Amino acid sequence: MLNTADILETISMIRQENLDIRTITMGISLFDCVSEDENRLCDKIYDKITKSAEHLVQTGIDIEKQYGIPIVNKRVSVTPISLIGGTISPEGYIKIAQTLDRAADTLGINFIGGFSALVHKGFTVGAQNLISVIPYALRDTNKVCSSVNVATTKAGINMDAVKLMGSTIRKTAELTADRDSIGCAKLVVFANVPQDNPFMAGAFHGIGEPETVINVGVSGPGVVSSAIERAGDCDLSTLADIIKKTAFKITRVGQLVAGEAASRLGVPFGIVDLSLAPTPAIGDSVARILENMGLESCGCHGTTAALAMLNDAVKKGGVMASSHVGGLSGAFIPVSEDEGMIAAVASGNLSIEKLEAMTAVCSVGLDMIAIPGDTTEEVISAIIADEISIGVANTKTTAVRVIPVIGKDVGETVSFGGLLGYAPIIPLRTASPAKFIHRGGRIPAPIHSLKN
Amino acid sequence: MKAVITVTGKDNVGIIAGVSALCADKGANILDITQSVLSEYFAMIMLADIDTLSIPFADFVDLLAAYGNDRGLVVSAMHEDIFNTMHHI
Repeated sequence: MLNTADILETISMIRQENLDIRTITMGISLFDCVSEDENRLCDKIYDKITKSAEHLVQTGIDIEKQYGIPIVNKRVSVTPISLIGGTISPEGYIKIAQTLDRAADTLGINFIGGFSALVHKGFTVGAQNLISVIPYALRDTNKVCSSVNVATTKAGINMDAVKLMGSTIRKTAELTADRDSIGCAKLVVFANVPQDNPFMAGAFHGIGEPETVINVGVSGPGVVSSAIERAGDCDLSTLADIIKKTAFKITRVGQLVAGEAASRLGVPFGIVDLSLAPTPAIGDSVARILENMGLESCGCHGTTAALAMLNDAVKKGGVMASSHVGGLSGAFIPVSEDEGMIAAVASGNLSIEKLEAMTAVCSVGLDMIAIPGDTTEEVISAIIADEISIGVANTKTTAVRVIPVIGKDVGETVSFGGLLGYAPIIPLRTASPAKFIHRGGRIPAPIHSLKN
Repeated sequence: MKAVITVTGKDNVGIIAGVSALCADKGANILDITQSVLSEYFAMIMLADIDTLSIPFADFVDLLAAYGNDRGLVVSAMHEDIFNTMHHI
């Protein structure tokens, strides 16, 4: 039966420690919208999305009321648009992006993901056309998110795509320079992309998914951080146990909300994503968890070990709490969206090299990192290549979402507003990787025996 | 279905009476109640049956929150399932 301590613990998690459901994301298949006429295609896409997710936002609000837990975002992910658009013209792809944006406005959701292409082995005409207009699509829309998968462990790395994404990110930054290059905050490059991720900017509705599905992402860095603080001077075995128990409780709420949303909407439940997702708010930071574990500042030596333990314990606790786990499932370390990460970069304790090392042991990758506005496209491609290699070699998801802030340099700060937060511009290495990047071709898939 | 109603804030005359009256008025049957006052700080937890509510639960939640706001109290009502799933395997 319920006891007072349990009730008060739950209430304090929600009120004081920022426990929330980060997102309810409805995945919608658009395969039945395919048409060779781009106007007809756009009409069908608009109708399908607005009809399928008609009650999504209201359902989210109702569940919020029922359980007294904030549900921060209600979102939609769709089938990768390059698979739906096929050989329609690049202009047609821009029209689709605008259609997605319009549908998102009608529904009242805050992001729609799936302006995406999967090119880990090579480009279809559709993928090529879509990628060619990503900068324009992100300039002309507000809520559309785009992602491109350039590598998998089985296929290796498509370095032509890596090169192309370097210039695409650069171009997106230039086209949205008047808004601190915010277009790049809605564009992510993946290795081993998950097909059921509810988190933006990388969400899309994968090809093996049902017609529609409900995926839920939980949050809760503040809850984990407070639990560690309360534990005091215990050893790391005890700490791992505390994190597991806390992750279990957080994930149970995610499972409850996911099940309720799925049943109210009459849509199958997909997965709960176990990621610890921070926000720029005080008390909602993954970096501060690591510091509560005993590091003077996130980014100092020991950070990778602490993060590896945290990530593993969150998964162990979360897996038992949910019937189906998926998506990215790991601690997020976005710089601009995490108050502690921002402070660590500003104080010079957290470098891009350390962030890269951290991504080897957690999801999702180099995320929301503001880099100097004069960074060349080859350097951006090389950042992608490095990060993607970590994912491919370790059979895990990694991703890159960097923002070259046009007109700004190291020492300056950029603010994106809302959940996207703010960030100091991080310094990069300046020696040129251009010759390596311009070679193009594919880096072969890694061998998975002879492990060392 | 049951809901957990919690009331926290500065102690004052008639908090339990007020919240109980609101429950009675809207058809929520109070099953259990526990309260404490710690250095003028009032905390009450109520378990109520909401099957007989005369208004939608979401409206009841808003009504309680508004009642609390007017009196400097934080009043919330949450479905018991959130506590059950979080604390029981």
